[in-house]
Amino acid sequence: MTRVGFLRLLVVGGFVLVLEAMCRTGLISPRILIAPSEMALRLAQLLAAGKFNADIAETLGNVAIAFVLSVGGGFAIGAAIHALPRLRRAIDPFLASYYALPFFAFYPLFIVLFGLGRGAIIAIGFLFGVVAMIIATLNGFDRIPRVLVKTAHVYRMGPVSAALRIKLPSATPYLFTGVKLAIAYSFIGVIAAEFIMASSGLGYSIAYAFNNFDNRTMYALMLFVIVLVTIVNALFHGYEQRLLRRLGC
Amino acid sequence: MSAALLAIDMPAHADTVPGVHAEMRGVTRVYAGLGGQSGVHALASTDLTLRRGEFYSVIGPSGCGKSTLLDVLAGLSRPTGGTISFEGRPVDGQVPDGVGVVFQEDASFSWLTVADNITFGLRRAGAEPAEVARRLDYALRLMGLADFAKSYPAQLSGGMRQRVCIARTLVLQPRLILLDEPFGALDAQTRLIMGDELLKVWRETGATVMLITHALDEAAMLSDRIGIMSARPGRIIKEVTTGWPSARDSRVATDPGFGRITADLWSVLREESLKAIGQGNLR
Ligand SMILES: Nc1ncnc2c1ncn2[C@@H]1O[C@H](COP(=O)(O)OP(=O)(O)OP(=O)(O)O)[C@@H](O)[C@H]1O
Ligand SMILES: [Mg+2]
Repeated sequence: MTRVGFLRLLVVGGFVLVLEAMCRTGLISPRILIAPSEMALRLAQLLAAGKFNADIAETLGNVAIAFVLSVGGGFAIGAAIHALPRLRRAIDPFLASYYALPFFAFYPLFIVLFGLGRGAIIAIGFLFGVVAMIIATLNGFDRIPRVLVKTAHVYRMGPVSAALRIKLPSATPYLFTGVKLAIAYSFIGVIAAEFIMASSGLGYSIAYAFNNFDNRTMYALMLFVIVLVTIVNALFHGYEQRLLRRLGC
Repeated sequence: MSAALLAIDMPAHADTVPGVHAEMRGVTRVYAGLGGQSGVHALASTDLTLRRGEFYSVIGPSGCGKSTLLDVLAGLSRPTGGTISFEGRPVDGQVPDGVGVVFQEDASFSWLTVADNITFGLRRAGAEPAEVARRLDYALRLMGLADFAKSYPAQLSGGMRQRVCIARTLVLQPRLILLDEPFGALDAQTRLIMGDELLKVWRETGATVMLITHALDEAAMLSDRIGIMSARPGRIIKEVTTGWPSARDSRVATDPGFGRITADLWSVLREESLKAIGQGNLR
């Protein structure tokens, strides 16, 4: 392990230990926060009992669908907008101010449009992630060296072949930024949407536990979300680092 | 390595005028200005004839339009005026089959290994795997990259990346090879060696070579003929014939004729270079 990695572990471990001590000594009331060890224990019990398996599967499915749609759709839309500079100039301000919109204020609209099911939730996750991917795609395509585009012409490649075999790989480091944001936004969008408009799923289960004063379940599920997102991001980060090192970025 | 490996098939089209491989007549190029700015007049009315199988170099002051000349000749950008032909056919907005280009900037594909970079065009053309391997092997050895076949460009020096791009072009066995300051990133010794290698490839393949360079000695050493460009808007204002035998290498630099050629080139180029940096009146 690197020195930095060790230090990082120390910070996190120290934080957890301090929290544990404060809860155990009664400095923090169990009505506010339960001890981390208790969260982990409860989570283990819940997972072993399989009580939330269906909710977990549903949320993961929603996130996965929203993520794939964001990345695929965002890339396609971004590539299309890049090819149409006039359209791009026209919609640039909307893209730039998109994330200033308080999405969740419009949730009734999503329910009207997509019904009270997974559709509305996936739609929110998608709309939350797609624009990050569009912006990343535009940025990546802007930075493709002109000499590579010329090289594609020398190889007499058509527009589609050039886009897939030269432009896409050349823009990859920038696209990764979009993919990373799309993961984060899909999680945020889906879980938050489940909070307010679902009757199942992780977000709903956390809200349900909260409303029923079931602190132990609530914190156990929160811990699950934290661990899940951390693992997904770590896996992705590792892959990105390997790729970027290869590309010399 | 045998000459046969890289030997060129007979050209698809005969030259209209015997011996003329590529030709520019009255070619101009103006880059459009952005939003109200006046455009950049990069090429003045330029005439250029490349004879089949010759080694032609272009020298000129910096920013005079050398890369622009290459772009329009290769069909990478349309000229504002004038006509261009290659093997008797007009060049119009498309790179003709049989033309290979090595650019001034690094054009290696960072996401592919050296070997995959070099074979990119061959694999696209659907060449036999055995043939791909054979040409790859040859190109790797010719360019001194044999130990780096599995490396990625990011792991190479700038000069080695440029050699990857040269190899990538040569394996396709172009009949006309256009090179834009390909040795710019190399140190002086490697430059000389690579120049000799280029001469060898040129002799073995019988290809026509146009080399853009800012190094007078390089032009004087390698070329059959050298075109000197004026300050921007550039055009070829003088051509110098070296008269070297085709079996030559960098050692012609010790020939008494070499000094005379270099001096010839410099006497014209000096004035244009002064103009290019805005000191034409200080001469
Ligand atoms: N795409 C472009 N758009 C606008 N102006 C351009 C473009 N490409 C080149 N120019 C201009 O045209 C002129 C000639 O450029 P060019 O690159 O052909 O010169 P060069 O002789 O190759 O220069 P160098 O010696 O630096 O390689 C320069 O003034 C340059 O700024
Ligand atoms: Mg140039």
